[in-house]
Amino acid sequence: MRTLVHGYAAPPVAAQAITGVTPRGFTRLAWPGIALIAGCMSTYRIHGATSEWEVVIGLEVHAQVTSNAKLFSSASTAFGAEPNTQVSLIDAAMPGMLPVPNRECIRQAVRTGMAIDAQINRWSRFDRKNYFYADLPQGYQISQLYHPLVGEGSLMIEADEKAGIPEDKVIGIERIHVEQDAGKLMHDQHPTMSYVDLNRSGVALMEIVSRPDMTSPAEAGAYLRKLRAILRYVGSCDGNMEEGSMRADVNVSVRRPGEELGTRTETKNVNSVRFVMAAIEHEARRQVDVIEDGGSIVQETRLFDPGTGTTRSMRSKEDAHDYRYFPDPDLLPLELEEEFLDECRASLPELPDAKRRRYEQDLGLSPYNAAVLTAEVETARWFERLLGETAKAQDKQPADVAKQAANWLISDLFGALNKAGLELDNSPVTPEKGGELLALVGAGTISGSISKQVLETMIETGDNAAAIVDREGLKQESDTGAIEAKIDEVMAANPDKVAEYRGGKDKLFGFFVGQTMKAMQGKGNPQVVNELLKQKLG
Amino acid sequence: MSVDRKTVAKIASLARISMSEEELDTMVPELNNILNWVEQLGEVDVSGVEPMTAVIPQRLRLREDEMNADPLTGGGVRDKVLANAPAAEHGFFAVPKVIE
Repeated sequence: MRTLVHGYAAPPVAAQAITGVTPRGFTRLAWPGIALIAGCMSTYRIHGATSEWEVVIGLEVHAQVTSNAKLFSSASTAFGAEPNTQVSLIDAAMPGMLPVPNRECIRQAVRTGMAIDAQINRWSRFDRKNYFYADLPQGYQISQLYHPLVGEGSLMIEADEKAGIPEDKVIGIERIHVEQDAGKLMHDQHPTMSYVDLNRSGVALMEIVSRPDMTSPAEAGAYLRKLRAILRYVGSCDGNMEEGSMRADVNVSVRRPGEELGTRTETKNVNSVRFVMAAIEHEARRQVDVIEDGGSIVQETRLFDPGTGTTRSMRSKEDAHDYRYFPDPDLLPLELEEEFLDECRASLPELPDAKRRRYEQDLGLSPYNAAVLTAEVETARWFERLLGETAKAQDKQPADVAKQAANWLISDLFGALNKAGLELDNSPVTPEKGGELLALVGAGTISGSISKQVLETMIETGDNAAAIVDREGLKQESDTGAIEAKIDEVMAANPDKVAEYRGGKDKLFGFFVGQTMKAMQGKGNPQVVNELLKQKLG
Repeated sequence: MSVDRKTVAKIASLARISMSEEELDTMVPELNNILNWVEQLGEVDVSGVEPMTAVIPQRLRLREDEMNADPLTGGGVRDKVLANAPAAEHGFFAVPKVIE
C-alpha cells in the first residue's frame, strides 16, 4: 500500500526517471573495488586483552554553505555579529512566516555534489525533523531525510605510508543534503538562565554523510582534510573549523577482524581534524575495553572533551531520536532544470586530484611537490600565478620553469615566510616579484644561494629583487679572470691541501669550492668556479 | 491502523503537551476514529498515479542570495524578534538553564 497518509511518498514516477543524472564531463576515476581491497589492507588495530580489533568509522560532516543570506530568509550569515541582529522573523519562527529557499545555497550544494562525482537528484524535497530545544525556535529543523539533493559519490584519500595508509583509497559518500543550522546557547553568562543567540539559526548547512569506509584515525583525518580541500576549491564552504563552519559527527564501532559490524556510537560536533582523530582513538579503545570486560556497547550519542581527549555519554532520553520526520508542507519539492545544472557544472574549477595529476604529467613536478602545491586552493592559485610570471619574465614555457618555481615556492619561500612568522596570503613577496627573482637566477645574474639572501631582504623591505641585487652588489661573478685570481689565492694559502688533493684525496674538491666561494662572498658562478678549479688542481 | 494509550501518551510527551488520564481516555478513541477515517483513502487504487504536491500546477520558487532583501525576511530587527520573549537580557533570549 502507498504510504501517502504519512507523506513518505516516493517521488513522482516521471521525476524518478530523470533523477540521478551522472554529471557529464566528470569521468568517474574511482574504481569501486579499490575501497574494498584497501579496506582489507588497513593495518590499524586495537590490541585488546583477548584479541585484535578493527575499527570502523563513518563521518557526518556539517559544512556551512558560503552564502550572503540564510537558507530560507535574507538575514545575513556573517560571523561574529551582535547577538540576534541577524535574525529575521522567519528565523525566529514567527507565526505565518514562510520559507523560500536561497538559490545560491542549492547551487553550492549541487556543485559540491558534482565535485565528489555524485548523483545529483533533480527532484528532492524538504522534511521537518521535529524536536524541542531552546536553540530551535521552530520546534523543527528543515532538513532532507527521504529525498536528498545529492546522492552517492566518493572521494579519494592519498597513500601515506607514515600515517599507515598503504595506498590510495576511495571513501564512499552516501549523500549530501541541505538543512538549517540551529541557534547558539550560552550557559556560562548567568547563574540560572541560558542565553540564546539566533544569528546562526537558519544558516544553510550541507550534511555530507560518508560510508563507514574508514578503518583508522589517520584515514578519517585524511578524509576530512580532503573533503575540506574540495569544499574550498569549489568555494561552497570556507572550511573554517575554528569558527564552526565545519564540524563532524563521528560514528565509531569495533569488531574482531572478519566479524559482523559492531554497535556504533556517535560523537557529536567535533571541530578539528586532530580532535576527530583523538575522539576515534579514545572511543575505539573504550569500546574494546567495555566488550572485553563482558559488557556491550549501547548505541548512543556522546560528547568529545578536547581538554581530556575523551568522550562521554550525553545520557539522552531514550526517545530523543524520535524525530517524527514528515515533508514540510510549507515547501514544494525542489525541481532542478538542466540549465541550472549546466551552470553548476560549468562553474566548477579544476579540482585537487585533477590538478595534482596535471602538475605531475604536464609540468613534470615530483609527486611530493604536486601534492604540497595542490593541498590548499590558495597555494595552488599562488603557484599558478608564480608560474605565469616566472615563464613571462624568462620568455619560456610554463612547463620549462615549473620545477624551478615549485622548488623555490616550497623550500625557499615557505621557509622564509615561516621564519618571518608570515603566511602565503600576507606574503610581502607577490608572485610577480617571485617571478622576477627567479628570472635573475635563471639568467645566471645571481646564484641560487644568493637568491635566498635576496628573498629574505625582499620579505623585510618589500623591495624587488633587481633593486636589492644592485644595491647590495650581489651580482654573480662569472668573469673567469676574477675567479681564477681568487682560486690562485686559495691554492697559495693551502699548499698542503693542494698536495693531498693531487695525491688522490678527491674529497678535498669540496673544500676548494667552499674556500673559493667564501673568498668571493658567495657571488662566484658555481659552474664556472667548478670548471676552473678542476683545470687548476688537475 | 490504530494507536493505543501508551502511544498517545508518548506522542503527547514528544509534543510537550500535558495530558491527564481523563484526557487520554477521550483522546485515544478520538484519534483512532480520525485514523480510521483517513485510512479509507487506502481503498482507492492509486498505483501509477503521481503524488500530488500542490492543488494548482506550480513549482518551488527560489530567492536570490541577497542580504536583507526586504524588512520581512531580513535581519536587523532584534527589538521585534525579542519583543515577545518572556525574558531577554543583553540582546539574548534568556531561558531556564538547559545543559547536558
